[in-house]
Amino acid sequence: MKFSKAWLLQHVDIEIATSDLVASLTMAGLEVDGVEPAAPPFTQVVVGEILAMEPHPDADQLRICRVGIGGDAQVQVVCGAPNARLGLKAPFAAIGARLPGELTIAAAKLRGVESQGMLCSAAELGLSTDQAGLFELPADLRPGTDLRAVLALDDEVIEVDLTPNRGDCLGVRGLAREVAAVLGAPLRDFPVAPVPAAITDELPIRLSAGDACRRYAGRVVRAIDPEAKTPLWMLERLRRSGIRGIHPVVDVTNYVMLELGQPMHGFDLGRIHTGIEVRHARSGETLTLLDGNAIELDPGCLVIADAQRTLALAGIMGGRDSGVDARTRDVFLESAHFAPLAVAGKARQFGLHTDSSHRFERGVDPELPLRALERATALLLEIAGGKPGPALVAEAKGTRSAPSVIPLRRKRLAQQLRLDFEPARVTTILASLGLELVEETPDHWRFHAPSWRFDLGIEADLIEEIARIHGYNELPSATPLLAPEIGPSRQRDLEGSRAVLVQRGYREVICYSFVPAEIAALVTGGAATIQVVNPISAAMSVMRPSLWPGLLLALRHNLNRQQERVRLFETGLRFGGGPDGEQRMMLAGLITGSREPEGWANARDKVDFFALKGDVEALLAALGIGDQICGERGQHPALHPGQCLRLRDSAGETLGHLGMLSPVVAGELDLDRPVFLFELSLDRFPAAGTATFRPLSRFPGVRRDIAVVVPREVTAAAVLDTVKRASGASLTEARIFDVYQGEHIENNKKSIAVSLTFQDSSRTLEDVDVQAAEAAVLEALAAAFGARLRGE
Amino acid sequence: MDNLDTVVAEAMTAVAGAETLAALEAVRVGYLGKKGVLTAMLQGLGALAPEQRPAAGAGINKAKAAVQEGIEARRQSLAAANIERRLAAETIDVTLPGRNGEVGGLHPITQTLNRIQDFFVRVGYQVEEGPEIEDDYHNFEALNIPAHHPARAMHDTFYIDATHVLRTHTSPVQIRTMERQAPPIRIVCPGRVYRCDSDLTHTPMFHQVEGLVIDRDISFADLRGTVDQFLKAFFETDLPVRFRPSYFPFTEPSAEVDIQCTQCRGAGCRVCKQSGWLEVMGCGMVHPNVLANCGIDSEDFTGFAFGMGVERLAMLRHGVGDLRLFFENDLRFLQQF
Repeated sequence: MKFSKAWLLQHVDIEIATSDLVASLTMAGLEVDGVEPAAPPFTQVVVGEILAMEPHPDADQLRICRVGIGGDAQVQVVCGAPNARLGLKAPFAAIGARLPGELTIAAAKLRGVESQGMLCSAAELGLSTDQAGLFELPADLRPGTDLRAVLALDDEVIEVDLTPNRGDCLGVRGLAREVAAVLGAPLRDFPVAPVPAAITDELPIRLSAGDACRRYAGRVVRAIDPEAKTPLWMLERLRRSGIRGIHPVVDVTNYVMLELGQPMHGFDLGRIHTGIEVRHARSGETLTLLDGNAIELDPGCLVIADAQRTLALAGIMGGRDSGVDARTRDVFLESAHFAPLAVAGKARQFGLHTDSSHRFERGVDPELPLRALERATALLLEIAGGKPGPALVAEAKGTRSAPSVIPLRRKRLAQQLRLDFEPARVTTILASLGLELVEETPDHWRFHAPSWRFDLGIEADLIEEIARIHGYNELPSATPLLAPEIGPSRQRDLEGSRAVLVQRGYREVICYSFVPAEIAALVTGGAATIQVVNPISAAMSVMRPSLWPGLLLALRHNLNRQQERVRLFETGLRFGGGPDGEQRMMLAGLITGSREPEGWANARDKVDFFALKGDVEALLAALGIGDQICGERGQHPALHPGQCLRLRDSAGETLGHLGMLSPVVAGELDLDRPVFLFELSLDRFPAAGTATFRPLSRFPGVRRDIAVVVPREVTAAAVLDTVKRASGASLTEARIFDVYQGEHIENNKKSIAVSLTFQDSSRTLEDVDVQAAEAAVLEALAAAFGARLRGE
Repeated sequence: MDNLDTVVAEAMTAVAGAETLAALEAVRVGYLGKKGVLTAMLQGLGALAPEQRPAAGAGINKAKAAVQEGIEARRQSLAAANIERRLAAETIDVTLPGRNGEVGGLHPITQTLNRIQDFFVRVGYQVEEGPEIEDDYHNFEALNIPAHHPARAMHDTFYIDATHVLRTHTSPVQIRTMERQAPPIRIVCPGRVYRCDSDLTHTPMFHQVEGLVIDRDISFADLRGTVDQFLKAFFETDLPVRFRPSYFPFTEPSAEVDIQCTQCRGAGCRVCKQSGWLEVMGCGMVHPNVLANCGIDSEDFTGFAFGMGVERLAMLRHGVGDLRLFFENDLRFLQQF
């Protein structure tokens, strides 16, 4: 809501610096968004009158004007404006005048004719963007009068960003009420007298929409002057609130809306058949709005209709075919109360947001319609003449219900604000806001809220009002004493995982949760995904089914910026394609480039599957769950089929995948180098068990290394598993220390070298013990895989 | 005894001439070894008259001691020289970087979230999280924001279907916690939130931390104290904090919280739009309707809630000027934190 400070101060009896007013409004909860001058600075601009005019001898577009600038003073001005005409009064900038845009007026010759100043358009004075011609001033202004004084331009425009509950402040009168209460200044009376009827014309009004419209005031005004012009003072106030002048009837209804907060509408009476009905639209009805858009109505829409057709979308916008225009002589003024729910959502449904819908959605004082109607009638008669009919008010039965009673307990107030207010202070504050005290005891009060404060309904609302007017920052501040309570932390795995990855050189990224559909499809192999109904763009239309799309996009971003070695990870939800949008906490990462950062002493080899697997193993080990998770060859649409590991828990449930990005997917993403990725279901990780101490053996361990030749397809895991099962209780460690295939080994075989460490807790192992165990291992390997010792 | 003096002098010359420990050892053996010159001279004492033996023996022993001493001194000097040579040979450029000392890092938003969370966890709050695809009830209705409430216009909402949205705030986590747990409740809810808005100062996804305390006798004063202490701790300075009345459907009274502009210290600058203040969070006393929706009796229990934008706090703390940088994930950006 933008308003003129001068206008506001006509309603509140106070002199106050703008900065103080702004601070008071902001600290009362009416946040000021900005203050700007009513007009940019300019000097030496006065009312000028064109007294004589003749064509320019050398230019068809220019005319030589003799301009009266007060008293007998006259100057010669060359002017090219199309609307320059004899007798016109327009702003005149004298030589030396400074205009907006760093322009200083100097004597000039235009095509050889001297010009001693400039006649100005509204745009040249920064009052409008309308450059069409000279700013036409009212004929009754005296030439030579300072224009800033005439237009009262030494004013400021204040814009408040009102919260949705304060619809009552969407009018200057409402703001004035608030300012008076906040500053403790008197609110000036603003009587609106009923306009006596000059004619008896009425229009039947029928309310058929129940609670959506329970009060509708209207009036016929006949024979207005179609030539009438909206006065400059009104246009100026409209302009300062960001509204352009259109037609006296429209301007008056807009003015009353800004002044009182009641949206109104003016119909051309001649286009209304028989009477007015407020009803819900029928399916299939259409309406062409004032802005020219034709809309199809549904039964959820509240409309103003006559006997034949719909006339207006109630509380939102009038119809094109029933509005006023330059030929209108008879009008019907509407000042109705539409319930917020009848308007809310409807404007948006049609892509509209109007000054009227903005107010009705937030709520308008239900007592305003008649008052606003009288005010608008009086203004219209003043401007355009005409003969008013009687004020017509249609009301649904039972509309005048008693205002609700709001209780306020002294103890509750003191408890909530930690301050025991004097009872007089409480009643004074609430009275200043228009609340009526209906009961007072030492323990409590009861109040009626004024009709415009429909946002006040419960005790907490009154406590807020008291706190607000008292000043939030004047209230006590305390620190709550919270009894300590130590609960289990569910954040442990998340923070622990992040720490391990950071130590291993990964950078955390945060990617958008919505990803391009095609990348989601690539990564999931085309599985169902969750779509956003109203995405920002196609590239943000699908809820990520995995963290990989975001990571791959971040990788590409960095590769395109000359990064060679990239290690990224992210944690966050991924969204399954099922109807419940299964949301799981994931941890995912990727690596590419050299295994170590480039450095004089660092290894230069590239990352591979095992570099990534080492990181994941470190992660699981750090979380204390390494031994609860197994890996086996897996399948994943985004991964290389020969380099894909599925991680599972002891129950066989998948916990994640890691592997090399499939060359097909890499190609689609224009990634020209090997990328290795992992993704783990953080929320499915088993809980780390509590470590149980095993006594340390006092006896030496014995190490035996064996190298066996097995078929190539036998996995290391299978070999180790067999070794562990066959080697007896004294095996403390089995470790693969070499894998070889090539010369001296048959084509379809490989050699796996395993070191076995045996140790007993009660005695020193003898050679025979170890040899027996070793033999058992070899036997088991031979039985399982046809393995033989290498070199035999 | 001229002969003896000559031997000693020769020996000393040989010692001085020994350039390695091995050469020195050869000299030692040549004079003091079993077949050494001085050893032989001692053995030759038997040829002398008995009365001459003591004096001659003493002379030879003195000569032996002198040579021995010379050898030892030379040995030490050669050993020292050896060490010196080794040290010189092993000297490296210690200013070269170490091997693979690189670590990664957490995203600045995570760092900021952790910083916020740590403050509250230290004073006894629990961390709660919840779904990001949320149903209309938990995101709006339960928070006293019925359909078509004008406050919904403040939340440009992403829709998943007719009844599901991408949560527009982390407040639904508060609702879910209150539904599940009886008071006392004190939680912080960090997480991603979504609004259908994208321009210079808005990204369609951002992060919030909200807090909720429900207990007997919780007051607006408690809210003010908590927020005030948090902001001073977060910015590590005793910066002025002010509360401004505002409106949220789920709190009453409601407030916006401003801190003195961290850029200009209140003098007025571009960052604070010349106001000297920066809005950093919203808060208020939990609305009785919200408590009722969660089955909590607002006569017995009262509470406060607050919420803040993490990106905003991160930008202020680290001087980041462009919100969108947080989600580009450019390594040159991430490496700065």
